Amino acid sequence: MIVADKKPIEEIIEEVKDYTSILIAGCNECVTVCEAGGKKEVGVLASALRMYFMNQGKDVKIDEVTLERQCDHEYLEEIRNNIDQYDAVLSLACGVGVQFMAEKYFNKPILPGVNTCFLGVTEERGVWTERCQACGQCILASTGGICPVSRCAKRLLNGPCGGSSSGKCEINPDLDCAWQLIVDRLKELDRLDDYEKLTPIKDWSTDRAGGPRKVVREDVKL
Amino acid sequence: MSTAVNTNTPSKLEKILAAGQLAVTSECGPPRGSDGEAIAKKAEMIKDHVDAINITDNQTSVTRLCSLAACIRLKLMGLEPVLQMVVRDRNRIALQSDILGAASFDIHNILCLSGDHQVFGDNSRGQNVFDIDSMQLIQTVRQMRDQGKFLGGDEIKRPPRMFVGAAANPFADPFEIRVPRLAKKIAAGAEFIQTQCIYNLDKFELWLKQAGDRGLLDKVAILAGLTPLKSAGMAKYMKNRVPGMDVPDEVVKRISGVPKEKQAEEGIKICVESIQRLKEVEGVKGFHIMAIEWEEKVPEIVEQGGLYPRPAVGE
Repeated sequence: MIVADKKPIEEIIEEVKDYTSILIAGCNECVTVCEAGGKKEVGVLASALRMYFMNQGKDVKIDEVTLERQCDHEYLEEIRNNIDQYDAVLSLACGVGVQFMAEKYFNKPILPGVNTCFLGVTEERGVWTERCQACGQCILASTGGICPVSRCAKRLLNGPCGGSSSGKCEINPDLDCAWQLIVDRLKELDRLDDYEKLTPIKDWSTDRAGGPRKVVREDVKL
Repeated sequence: MSTAVNTNTPSKLEKILAAGQLAVTSECGPPRGSDGEAIAKKAEMIKDHVDAINITDNQTSVTRLCSLAACIRLKLMGLEPVLQMVVRDRNRIALQSDILGAASFDIHNILCLSGDHQVFGDNSRGQNVFDIDSMQLIQTVRQMRDQGKFLGGDEIKRPPRMFVGAAANPFADPFEIRVPRLAKKIAAGAEFIQTQCIYNLDKFELWLKQAGDRGLLDKVAILAGLTPLKSAGMAKYMKNRVPGMDVPDEVVKRISGVPKEKQAEEGIKICVESIQRLKEVEGVKGFHIMAIEWEEKVPEIVEQGGLYPRPAVGE
């Protein structure tokens, strides 16, 4: 999923303080799972903002909605008929949702309520960690199913570096060394010989290096 | 000595190794400013006692005068530099470009490294590059030299002629891939290896033996890395705080066991004894003495280690 984290309330207040009618829009997908921008967080944020404006002596209308997704036309269309009631929308979707809504409602300020962090997993309740950087050319088949691009601090394709110590990364003793994990897994799979295969220089043109990316599938286009 | 040995490059370091002589290299860290004389001064202290001088490349991610400019300065002094190049700060365009820049001054040695993560340095919030890794940098230099081609495939007019080195840390984890990792660097094209500082000689010798068992020692020249300890505090710091460093308890105990004012002397003694022991070990082709901000001690270490005078090599 796309993992996001809540923005500090002070930063959100700074974004919305001059508006008098605000729609807070949650998203029922990734940000719900990572508890940053689902229906529950929309409710909590709405209460906090109402309290803030009440303390300021300002009469501000704050409404709540949570869309199934903010990265698809059909769900974003659901607010078309009432969006004109608001000065601004505070979207708690990831950066994708915020932008797609802004593209659709061109004359409306669409403000971000979360920081979009990475593609990751729920390791345990309240702890999310990164697994993928969407480089566009998956090499997991040759690295024992563990990604050095996203999990090695130097994204070394032929690691580890000299800073691997007792299974941990040199930059942070809480961080697993991705190459230790890869070696452990290759060993378990009885494929440690694969370690010695040199991974060639990577084509980063499918990563951000190639500019904004696009996937076109003629077979599924309408 | 004879110079009629076949070498791939005009590198003096390569010639000495090819002639079967023990090589001695050392390193100088460039200054945190634009005073090029600082490099010259450090080099002057050691130039008669070493065959080649590594110039570090923004080591520990602290911004310094660049390795390439410092190497050029050494070259202009008639010395033999080893250009250290990390892949942290430059993409493949910049790396190839700097290799050509070095080659244009006939810098004949390069050490290909990943580089410490920027979090350790003075720009911890900066971006890193890691377009290619150190293994792939070795391949890049070899391709440029041997095939005369850029990574993009185009022909290089006057290709670089560089003796290609890599680092190896026999003490980092996981230990079971330490020898395979060396094999991989050799397969990528590494011709010489400068190791991480060795304090655990037994473990180093075990690594060498395993490398020997795989037939790797004939394919690459291993220079044993040594850093003299200045104090008990430094020994403890290296042991506890530097990732991938193996300082055995007995070394810490030994240097802590002498009075403070004698600890530096003891550190030199440990270093010299290490040279004397490792000189006799099969597969050790030389020494890389990294006397960190202590370059003035290199001559006595080399002399006491029985590595002086250095062999003369014709161009």
